[in-house]
Amino acid sequence: MLELKDICFERDGKKILDNVNLVIDDKKFVAITGPNGGGKSTIAKIIMGIEKPDSGKIIFNGEDITNKTISERANMGIGFAFQQPVRFKGITVGDLLELSVGRKVKLAENCDILSSVGLCPKDYVKREINSSLSGGELKRIEIATVVARGTNLSIFDEPEAGIDLWSFNNLIEVFENMSKEIQGSIVIISHQERILNIADEVVLVEKGKVKQIGKKDEILPELLSSTSRACSRVKEVK
Amino acid sequence: MENLNNLEKDLLKKITDSDDFSGGAYNIRENGKGVARKTTENINIVTKEDKPGIDIIVKEGTKKEFVHIPVMITESGVNDLVYNDFYIGKDADITIIAGCGIHNDHHQLARHDGIHTFYLEEGAKVKYIEKHYGEGEGTGEKILNPKTVVKLKKGAVLEMDSVQIKGVDSTIRETVGELDEDASFIVSEKIMTHGKQYAKTVFNVALNGENSSTHVISRSVAKDESKQEFYSNIEGNTSCYGHVECDAIIMDKGVVKAVPEILANSIDARLVHEAAIGKIAGEQLTKLMTLGLSEKEAEEKIVNGFLK
Repeated sequence: MLELKDICFERDGKKILDNVNLVIDDKKFVAITGPNGGGKSTIAKIIMGIEKPDSGKIIFNGEDITNKTISERANMGIGFAFQQPVRFKGITVGDLLELSVGRKVKLAENCDILSSVGLCPKDYVKREINSSLSGGELKRIEIATVVARGTNLSIFDEPEAGIDLWSFNNLIEVFENMSKEIQGSIVIISHQERILNIADEVVLVEKGKVKQIGKKDEILPELLSSTSRACSRVKEVK
Repeated sequence: MENLNNLEKDLLKKITDSDDFSGGAYNIRENGKGVARKTTENINIVTKEDKPGIDIIVKEGTKKEFVHIPVMITESGVNDLVYNDFYIGKDADITIIAGCGIHNDHHQLARHDGIHTFYLEEGAKVKYIEKHYGEGEGTGEKILNPKTVVKLKKGAVLEMDSVQIKGVDSTIRETVGELDEDASFIVSEKIMTHGKQYAKTVFNVALNGENSSTHVISRSVAKDESKQEFYSNIEGNTSCYGHVECDAIIMDKGVVKAVPEILANSIDARLVHEAAIGKIAGEQLTKLMTLGLSEKEAEEKIVNGFLK
């Protein structure tokens, strides 16, 4: 499905990704986790084409997509949900879902899509994607735009970021359902244990490198020890 | 209306979104002359005798009726000035669709200055829609300078949707409002300029009556080398609420200037002004590109949505 080969990415003299190699197999639910600033979101953006790697290759379904644009990758079947969803004045939720599907969408289809992310369609289809929507609502709509596309590879960049615990508890059910009914592969950047629980594979990314790949139970001890090391350093400084 | 040619019918449709006005009253003006008119039992249209223009008189209590008063300029070199006065009776509730379309295939300028004055009696409600549009292959300038004067008595509500679709080379749009007790004036303005066009908007609204309110929302897009200016002046003279929101997208070498002015003459006046000018946010383009749109398609969707 997707392969990252020796991906390097440097900005302002800092190595963000350092020879990242990663394979995402067909119909797999993969969670990428690790400490903040480790390069997780950059990996997601590099897969979607939002960032270009300095070196390395991205292979998607056997084709080298390293130099393809965002739009080309989207049309090849890659979807991306932003960590911070974008607002649009004048564009409604219904409009955005239509753009996601790529054609006129019947009300019943909108209902299915919005219900799948826990939103009541009649309340949202005509609402503008502006600041009147809460962070949790925006996240759900953002996820809906990816669900609506039914892509071969769907990437979610920290769906839990910026929303309250109550909203996230509801949102996690969306991903639990996705993992059960998986059509294509899902890559989700997350710190949430409940997300790691449902993943087929967990990838630990730290300091720009893939440090470990395995099941949650194998990864968590490593992750916790690296976090506690960081904490002990903070204590030493004090 | 049967005697209109295809160009005229097409132009009418562009500015009114309709080709059938038969359900209500109408007055069609072309190149400075009235060409078609229909009145109803409740809505009378009378030609002014002292100056060019018409009086539109709506009876008290008239409900759910429509008035179309489109203006067309299809000849080059026409400089049309018209005064239209609307007298809306107590508790009437009607929709007025105005608009001006210029088709100029020649090198001389074509200009229309429409001065519309609304007198709304107590409790009257009007939805006023105006569209401005220019087309034609000639080099002659297409100029539109609408002025709207609004006088609202107690509890009257005027909702004004103003759209300048495209093709107008120069426009100065002035709106003046005076509001009595409980009156409300809601304005939504959408403008797009391109090429070397120029658009200036001026709002002067005086909130004179207790509990009167105004909401002005202006959204504009300035493309190419076009220039826009937006001036608003809301005066709160009593316990009232005024809100002005000016949002502009600039593209290419477009220039937009927004000058807010709010004046509270009363301790109980609440006035808010918001203005934002900027190019299309990169994240907006990126988001739509992740849905499979090209950068140009994404740009179009964002602009069309913004001006919808």
